[in-house]
Amino acid sequence: MTNAPSVSPQPSQGQVSGLVNPRWAGFWQLLLARMRELKREPEVIFWVFVFPLLLALGLGIAFRNKPADATSIAVVAGPGADSTLTLLAKAPQHGTVHAKVLAKEEALKAFRLGKVDLVVEPDGRGGYQYHYDPARPESVLSRTQVNDALQSGAGRLDLLPVSFVVSSEPGSRYIDFLIPGLLGMNLMNAAMWGIGFALVDMRQRKLLKRFVATPMRRSDFLLAILSSRLLLMLVEVGLMLGFGVLIFHMRVLGSVLTILLIGVLGALTFGGLGLLTASRAQKIETISGLINLVMMPMWIFSGVFFSYERFPVAIHPFIQLLPLTALNDALRATILEGAPLAAQSGRILVMLVWGGVSFLLAMRWFRWT
Amino acid sequence: MPVRYNASMAVAIQCRDLRKTYDGKVEAVRGLNLEVQAGECFGLLGPNGAGKTTTIEILEGLLAPTSGQVSILGHTWETHSRELREWLGISLQETRLSEKLSVLETVELFASFYHRPRPAREVLEQLQLTEKADAWVGKLSGGQKQRLAVATALVGNPKVLFLDEPTTGLDPQSRRQLWDIVREFQGRGGTILLTTHYMDEAERLCDRLAIVDHGQIIAEGSPAELIARLGGHHVVEFAASNLEGKAPEAWSQLPGVESVRHEDGLFSLSVREPHLTIPALLDAVEQQGSQLMHLTTRQASLEDVFVRLTGRHLREE
Ligand SMILES: Nc1ncnc2c1ncn2[C@@H]1O[C@H](COP(=O)(O)OP(=O)(O)OP(=O)(O)O)[C@@H](O)[C@H]1O
Ligand SMILES: [Mg+2]
Repeated sequence: MTNAPSVSPQPSQGQVSGLVNPRWAGFWQLLLARMRELKREPEVIFWVFVFPLLLALGLGIAFRNKPADATSIAVVAGPGADSTLTLLAKAPQHGTVHAKVLAKEEALKAFRLGKVDLVVEPDGRGGYQYHYDPARPESVLSRTQVNDALQSGAGRLDLLPVSFVVSSEPGSRYIDFLIPGLLGMNLMNAAMWGIGFALVDMRQRKLLKRFVATPMRRSDFLLAILSSRLLLMLVEVGLMLGFGVLIFHMRVLGSVLTILLIGVLGALTFGGLGLLTASRAQKIETISGLINLVMMPMWIFSGVFFSYERFPVAIHPFIQLLPLTALNDALRATILEGAPLAAQSGRILVMLVWGGVSFLLAMRWFRWT
Repeated sequence: MPVRYNASMAVAIQCRDLRKTYDGKVEAVRGLNLEVQAGECFGLLGPNGAGKTTTIEILEGLLAPTSGQVSILGHTWETHSRELREWLGISLQETRLSEKLSVLETVELFASFYHRPRPAREVLEQLQLTEKADAWVGKLSGGQKQRLAVATALVGNPKVLFLDEPTTGLDPQSRRQLWDIVREFQGRGGTILLTTHYMDEAERLCDRLAIVDHGQIIAEGSPAELIARLGGHHVVEFAASNLEGKAPEAWSQLPGVESVRHEDGLFSLSVREPHLTIPALLDAVEQQGSQLMHLTTRQASLEDVFVRLTGRHLREE
């Protein structure tokens, strides 16, 4: 019924396989496994690679630069309406004002809804009343423009000779501002989820415990995770910039090497933060909450979608200490202005400190079980 | 000085006065002593929450004991963890391996951690997983997953195999397959420590076992010894009408009866010689003026040992 106890216990299974693993076999296999898993996870491909491009495309189209000096206005129907249109048509700026005649009620409604920038109401005695909103820049612009058009149409002469040079180059458009910001945000998202979430998931699955039950070197494991992040970072940077250049004719002024170095620094900074966030959490629900908590302030303040210059000047120094602000600013300065690394020591320092401190704390606190 | 494993060492796993208290409150292990000889298959048998996993994870060097000493193959975790990791093969109670890696990729990954692993394909062959080599782990059946878990433990060519509930939740055929793998490992000289709450598994697979309850070993020995210690080798169970008034102790007067238990109207007698006891039992029932409603006799099992020792069943369904 039971086994007879073995008479002479052998030290091991006996057959000598002759297989000897080189020092880095574990690291390579871990890296390979990680890359395979990512490749086989369609959600990861979508969120890391496709989604940021879709976001850039959508925002790039929605906020593409309209000719800023073309303005739509409403002229209130009445005795003076026709002569108003005639005056506007005579003015040298006539091409830039689109006017339509509407009943007063309708005109004001269209103004409220933002369909027109200005309502012009002839008073019937040759004079005009402008309805505009000082809080809407395009409304203020429209008032000046329409006033100029009407006055010069009526015969006003300008006293100073002026001429214009049109300057509307890639580099100053919203999409140019947006793409480096999206790239920075993407590097943050991918590192926090790709490292923080992945580690807690492995801890919850007891896979980390299973790994440390083998002779695996823990440093190899962490190195493999960080390396996979760096490899993906290369793809992310390439895709986002390639997309900007091909679709939006963006100009990349800085050197590719500098951009990649900043990408490496950003990926490692957020890799460290991801590691720290994941150092203790036991459940994926916990880590999801933590990751969002860490990233939320940076989504808002770090100038992804709009410049943080819009926040009160008093808090700018704090905003600039956030790692994503440093990354975004560094990417923008390099991509859009061609700034060299040497000119960005402050931002680099911010990232190094965040990444380094997070990494050290993570090493102290990290639980494998 | 390089550390060498010495085949003449008789004791493979040893622990003394092992204690583990979680969060200062839960006393999961309370003073546990173990000695497993090299080449032995040793089982920890106990109900849920007995402290089996806690004990085995301390022995595996994955959990720090609150107090007590552990020595594996003559070495301690504090001084020789690297060597010990190379020598042990471990399967945890619940590990979910990566679902999107194939079986072969998973085994190769684990093989890469060891200095001198066995070829991954050879291990798959041994565990009858060759057909599934390219299947994703997520697509395996429960039994195949469990065999894969053991494959990841065997690929390092271990001297000692730790298996924490290797067959829980498996169908009988998969369980038997795993038993064969364990026996094969033992047949080649390996030492095994496994936990289970299946008494038949413990009975058939283990040379010796320890019954664990509330963090302590309450009995230890070969399955046959343990059953013999129960007193009888047979169990006579019966139920009869109108016996409510009769104390269970009354039955112990019958010839050959070692002990009596009463549960849900059913009396169980531990009996040395059923052929003497049963006729006497029938007479006694008749004298009571009651009628026999049920009578069986069977070989005593470890379950009976456990019930005898603790008053509870191993599996509380
Ligand atoms: N991490 C932990 N923190 C606190 N208590 C724990 C922890 N792990 C286990 N315990 C408790 O310690 C006791 C022993 O648990 P253990 O997992 O060792 O039992 P087991 O014999 O393996 O049970 P099972 O058969 O269910 O696997 C239980 O009461 C359990 O609740
Ligand atoms: Mg357990």
